[in-house]
Amino acid sequence: MANNISITVNGKTHTGEVEARTLLVDYLREHLSLTGTHIGCDTSSCGACTVHVDGKAVKSCTMLAVQADGCEVTTVEGLSTNGSLHPIQEGFREEHGLQCGFCTPGMMMTATDLLKRNPNPTEHEIREALEGNFCRCTGYHNIVKSIQHAANKMNEATA
Amino acid sequence: MTKYIGKSVKRLEDKRFITGQGKYTDDIKLVNMAHAYILRSPYAHATINSIDTSEAKAMEGVVAIYTGADIPEAIAGVPCGWQVNFKNGDIMKEPPHPLLVRKKVRHVGDGVAIVIADSKAIAKDASELIDIDYDIHDAVTDPKAAAQAGAPLVHADVPSNTCFDWELGNPKEEVSAAMASAAHVTELEFANQRVVPNAIEPRSAIGHYDTAHDRYTLYTSTQNPHLTRLLMCAFVLGIPEHKVRVVGPDVGGGFGSKIFHYTEEALVTFFSKIVGRPIKWTADRSEAFLTDAHGRDHVTHAKMGFDADGKIVALQAYTYANMGAYLSTFAPAVPTYLHGTLLQGLYTTPKINVDVTATFTHTNAVDAYRGAGRPEATYLLERIIDLAALEMDMDPAELRLKNFIEPFDGVEQEGYVTQVALQYDSGNYAPVLNRALEMVGYEAFRKEQAAQSNGKLLGIGFSTYIEACGIAPSAVVGALGARAGLFESAQVTVQPTGKVSVYTGSHSHGQGHETTFAQVVADRMGIAIEDVEIIHGDSDRVAFGMGTYGSRSLAVGGSAIVKSVDKVLEKGAKIAAHLLEASPDDLDYADGKWTVRGTDKSVAFGDVSLTAYVPHNYPEGLEPGMDFSSFYDPTNFTYPFGAHVAIVEIDKETGAVKLKRFIAVDDVGNVINPMIVDGQIHGGLAQGIGQALHEGTVYDESGQLINGSYMDYCMPRADDLPSFEVDRTVTPCPHNPLGVKGAGEAGCIGSTPAVVNAVIDALWKGGFKVKDVPMPMTPERVWTAMQ
Repeated sequence: MANNISITVNGKTHTGEVEARTLLVDYLREHLSLTGTHIGCDTSSCGACTVHVDGKAVKSCTMLAVQADGCEVTTVEGLSTNGSLHPIQEGFREEHGLQCGFCTPGMMMTATDLLKRNPNPTEHEIREALEGNFCRCTGYHNIVKSIQHAANKMNEATA
Repeated sequence: MTKYIGKSVKRLEDKRFITGQGKYTDDIKLVNMAHAYILRSPYAHATINSIDTSEAKAMEGVVAIYTGADIPEAIAGVPCGWQVNFKNGDIMKEPPHPLLVRKKVRHVGDGVAIVIADSKAIAKDASELIDIDYDIHDAVTDPKAAAQAGAPLVHADVPSNTCFDWELGNPKEEVSAAMASAAHVTELEFANQRVVPNAIEPRSAIGHYDTAHDRYTLYTSTQNPHLTRLLMCAFVLGIPEHKVRVVGPDVGGGFGSKIFHYTEEALVTFFSKIVGRPIKWTADRSEAFLTDAHGRDHVTHAKMGFDADGKIVALQAYTYANMGAYLSTFAPAVPTYLHGTLLQGLYTTPKINVDVTATFTHTNAVDAYRGAGRPEATYLLERIIDLAALEMDMDPAELRLKNFIEPFDGVEQEGYVTQVALQYDSGNYAPVLNRALEMVGYEAFRKEQAAQSNGKLLGIGFSTYIEACGIAPSAVVGALGARAGLFESAQVTVQPTGKVSVYTGSHSHGQGHETTFAQVVADRMGIAIEDVEIIHGDSDRVAFGMGTYGSRSLAVGGSAIVKSVDKVLEKGAKIAAHLLEASPDDLDYADGKWTVRGTDKSVAFGDVSLTAYVPHNYPEGLEPGMDFSSFYDPTNFTYPFGAHVAIVEIDKETGAVKLKRFIAVDDVGNVINPMIVDGQIHGGLAQGIGQALHEGTVYDESGQLINGSYMDYCMPRADDLPSFEVDRTVTPCPHNPLGVKGAGEAGCIGSTPAVVNAVIDALWKGGFKVKDVPMPMTPERVWTAMQ
């Protein structure tokens, strides 16, 4: 069964038909070719597919595309603006917060959501916020540092 | 000339990953591409009576469905790349691993049919309409139980399910005699449980047959595209190798599980020609759990003898190693030449014997997982020596220091010859442990531990390890059973403008080669790192390669690059000498230019490279161009080592273990990029700690993997781990040009026993004198140990 939806992704509105069962992540990857959002599991556990829906971090494998009808979605491709990297992207590069890069988009989307809610998270708060995102490469050590780096940069910018 | 080497240069590959532009196999879309789903056996051991695909084939959007009967007889299956012989000299049992099963399934997840459709969703839907009639049989999953009389046979022609038995070291009688003379013998029986590598990118493969050129392309999430091509072409499909291109694009983690040639790669390649469309297959996570080669799964009984002074006099180890239902690419090497050969550890043990029986079971294949055999060897040694210290009431650090091999640099002093077939390259072991003790504040900790009285038990655990890396000299591994050479190749192409393209046979799937290798090349050539590009992962662009595993990329692949760079500079000197009207012997090369010694006459690298391609004024008889390939085959393994210390706190009420601190001091030889090396250590630590506290497969009696998802298999999460405290010493490798040893596996090798030893220490100091708590050390298991 086809459904007409209209979703704004990274500032651009896309209108079209999707099957009712199409997951948001499949819509992003297959229909819009936004392959920066990854699929790492089938149980909503790994967080590789995390995007922002109306400003909140959401696992896009847990949501149907039709549920995102009328929503504003931001993916990793929409993080940087006017060619300059988002502080979280800078943080991951500066602090070696990524190795294979597969979990990275989801990690960064979760982290930006955290920093919006809590601009000065403690290490413990960062680690708790990352509970739903798996990384197998970094042992999380440098991901924590990356998020701290971004928090400092964002706080400096708003100070 | 070390503008880059030794510096934490930020990674050049990061930009594409942090902007969502990484290109992993599943991100690739080809025109008219079809999608495959593999229907797998839900039973561990069953006979297929019939398969009816007619209803499924009729579904709209289904392109084709094939079963084992559709695979030509000539295609027996995927091969094993390492041969181990029985003690009596017979060749190991090597039953075929078919692409799709015809008659008998041997583990849950064995492939039965491939459904090819316009979308993955249609392929999955159609697979549910395939009707298969199975006769279900009893299964065996434990490697020791499999060898016992009456165990169900995995392969009818493999008695006692025994793939091979194998022994290494001193004769058993000598070890027994030494053991009999010991003042104290510590004995331990334990399992090194099966774990799942769990790269976050599920495996994926796309086969594409190009009719215009009669040529195949396979995109696959692999650690070694060339080896996959060789195995698939020569040993599975019988396609000429030059007619196949294998691309390993960005790969989302491997940890060993993407070394091997898998059935799905051959299936999509083979059937892409038959259906006339590219075919993509991407594993679901549940499929990854069932089919990515697993790691570890040893059952071991070991004894270590000590004299009255605490010096080790003998070690005897018996291990049953689980191969799974079929032999994966390097499976036989893991419990033998990557495990038995490491049982000298850092110690002067004069008599060692290791005896291994490898068995088939009705489980998924087991093969190399980060560390591959060396974590198992380290676990064996380090568990038993820590337990011995407790039993003998000695300090575990002192007991180790007392038994360490004396320092040797491999140049002035010969490499240390072990009782188990290896000669270590260079080592200086006391400093890593002493540094770790200093970082942990050992004396203060012991006081804090003794004073603990809040319902919590504090414990400290040590692990000092050695590993054999930089795999490795082809002649040596050939003598040990490898069916491939393990050199590496590199091509360095200097463009006319002086920019440098480096083609390496190593493959990066997170290790940062595009940065580290560029640091090496830029420094050696005295040029800017931006002028160097590292290319890997495509058999059409890189002439040959052996790939990345065994912490070999820099030690072997990097050395091949150095060889090619040196050839470039040697030729460059001839051209420069001609331009400067001097002898090549009178030139110095530094900062990207050749200078006539003692003068200010010089010529820049870019001018020389341009001259090589515009050879108007050129040395007579010299070929134009600047392009060199090299193959590097090392003379020995490299032997990184280190000391890891864990501090844990056990809640007496619940048995929950909290890892409070983790200290790692590693010696990986010279370091090119400290940031990247630290990152490798961190990741390894998390995996090793994961095995100790969280991870482990659970197969039930019928052979079902009952924790085959992220809901059930406990992956270490950010809030399970502390920030790590890492440091290193540097003992250069004496036999490769960079003096490097390898850092990819160290963290995973040393950490597991340190954590387990810390829990055992906490329990003993709390009055619970247990010898072992099985891994993963869940609260329930630790609590039970205290009752």
